[in-house]
Amino acid sequence: MKSFGGPVLILDRSDINTDEIIPAKYLTEVSKEALKAHCLEDLRLDGFSNASAAFTSARVVITRENFGCGSSREHAPWALEVNGITVVIAESYARIFRQNMFNCGMLAIELPRETIDDIMGFCGAYANSTCSVDWNGQALTFTGNTKSLIIPFVLNQFDHALVVSGGWVEFADANY
Amino acid sequence: MGKTITQKIFEAHLRDEPFEGTKVINLDAVFCHEITTPIAINDLISRNKDRVFDATKVKAVIDHVTPSKDTQSATQAKILRDWAHRNNIKDFFDIGANGVCHALFPEQGFVRPGYTVIMGDSHTCTHGAFGAFAAGVGSTDLEVGILKGVCAFREPKTIRIDIVGLMPQGVFAKDVILEIIRTLTVNGATDRVIEFHGAAVTAMTMEERMTLANMAIEAGGTSGVCMPDEVTVEYLWKFVKDEYQNNKVVALAAFKKWHSDPDAVYEKTIKIDISALEPLTTVGFKPDQVKKIKDCADVKVNQVYIGSCTNGRLSDLRIAAGVLKGKTIAFGVRGIVSPATPEIFKQANAEGLIQIFMDAGFCVTNPTCGACLGMSNGVLAEGEVCVSTTNRNFFGRMGKGGTVHLVSPASAAASALTGHLTDPRTYL
Ligand code: SF4
Repeated sequence: MKSFGGPVLILDRSDINTDEIIPAKYLTEVSKEALKAHCLEDLRLDGFSNASAAFTSARVVITRENFGCGSSREHAPWALEVNGITVVIAESYARIFRQNMFNCGMLAIELPRETIDDIMGFCGAYANSTCSVDWNGQALTFTGNTKSLIIPFVLNQFDHALVVSGGWVEFADANY
Repeated sequence: MGKTITQKIFEAHLRDEPFEGTKVINLDAVFCHEITTPIAINDLISRNKDRVFDATKVKAVIDHVTPSKDTQSATQAKILRDWAHRNNIKDFFDIGANGVCHALFPEQGFVRPGYTVIMGDSHTCTHGAFGAFAAGVGSTDLEVGILKGVCAFREPKTIRIDIVGLMPQGVFAKDVILEIIRTLTVNGATDRVIEFHGAAVTAMTMEERMTLANMAIEAGGTSGVCMPDEVTVEYLWKFVKDEYQNNKVVALAAFKKWHSDPDAVYEKTIKIDISALEPLTTVGFKPDQVKKIKDCADVKVNQVYIGSCTNGRLSDLRIAAGVLKGKTIAFGVRGIVSPATPEIFKQANAEGLIQIFMDAGFCVTNPTCGACLGMSNGVLAEGEVCVSTTNRNFFGRMGKGGTVHLVSPASAAASALTGHLTDPRTYL
């Protein structure tokens, strides 16, 4: 099982596509590690210019609607993973990206817009906020200064089983 | 209560329901290309499971970067090629026989009504044009598909699109699907299948239906689907005639049993009237940002690309060549056309279309994804604009800092002639 939680990286925009997460020109790589330096390098987001600096500590990405739309490339979750990101929290996802995350044993947590607003507000107010993930108890705890914010979430049974198994290959191998 | 075509297909293929709402289905076909499959292959090797569930149901092609452009793409191609040979995959398409997956596989008769198909490629939804459930997946789903012949889905709900009216002159299947995406928005169909109905769809050729279904994913759709009918039977006839005792009536009846029932339940039904639709183009960087092309005539063009799994088929080349015949493209515009498969290339050549493109000043490439995703040929420079018959206008999709406008082949050809976004109707 992967480890989850840590400092947060806020990407306050909807419809961030997988070309932005990892551009097509790096898809000829056959190792996941080679994607590391290029994750989010084409992201269109005001004030965001240095992806590698953002990734030095971040472990959790918080974002808006339809994250991971476009190309089916699993290189997108891999590029996040080799940068230490194993949890994405968003208002909604593109189907394939979401499935790819759980298939790799990672978390793609969905929360309503108002809750994402609250989380972004909290993390904006307290620099160096961190997020701890109790994926079994299905709650997120954001901590900044001495304050904290607790947010419950729901994983469906299949997604939960994929995280426990470590991914879809393991689950399928045990069951089919 | 009636069922949708997707519910019928899921029922017929259900392998397991490990949890409520999670359906594991058996697969009739697993398609593979050289970008998303090699990592799955390497992972299978590392797990000591280098096998395929059924070598006759796994099909593979090298199409995205071909001929290979560098050591890395050559390595990817080699991984796929060696794997296909090692695992006795007969339907493997390499240089000389290769072309864009979603044009090549249908042309080979690999998709039938009622089939379940996955591929590590988001535009796999194209194959829903045959009345199949066809979904794009990531490399892990692909890996399990290759090994076990199954894939898990939440059973998708269905959005029914009733297209009202017929396509006006100068309006093509591409314009219709852009209008649908504009209406649905880029995530309006997430986790949904889009069913296309209406007289306009019935009147469409299989090639046009593939254009329609191809872009279902641009509204977030899991698959796009058309009801299989006489047109489907005709297209597939040479592949299925033995199966149906050389009797088209029998084939049609078998195909029609997949049709959504009249009392099927849809999540929603949307009517889209196309009788007054005008040629469209995308603006901006999302495929639901759509305008009438005539209102965008101030957009200057550096490159025009005709090709891809959306609009690189023979009928597309005929339309574009019809616009270009006897004319030359504007000074400073780079025209590139990529016939989507070798068959299409040969036919286009036999019909004199290749000559027309070359006389007009177009560069004709081999069948490949090519410029569509900016990773082999036809890459844009920063700040450049490409008018393209492809399906994605993301920022930088065809080259870092480049802009893409998605249009029909007629509009692409007309824009090549003038050097700016151009309504094709005066050229038809
Ligand atoms: S033509 Fe473009 S969209 Fe179609 S499969 Fe190739 S890269 Fe993907």
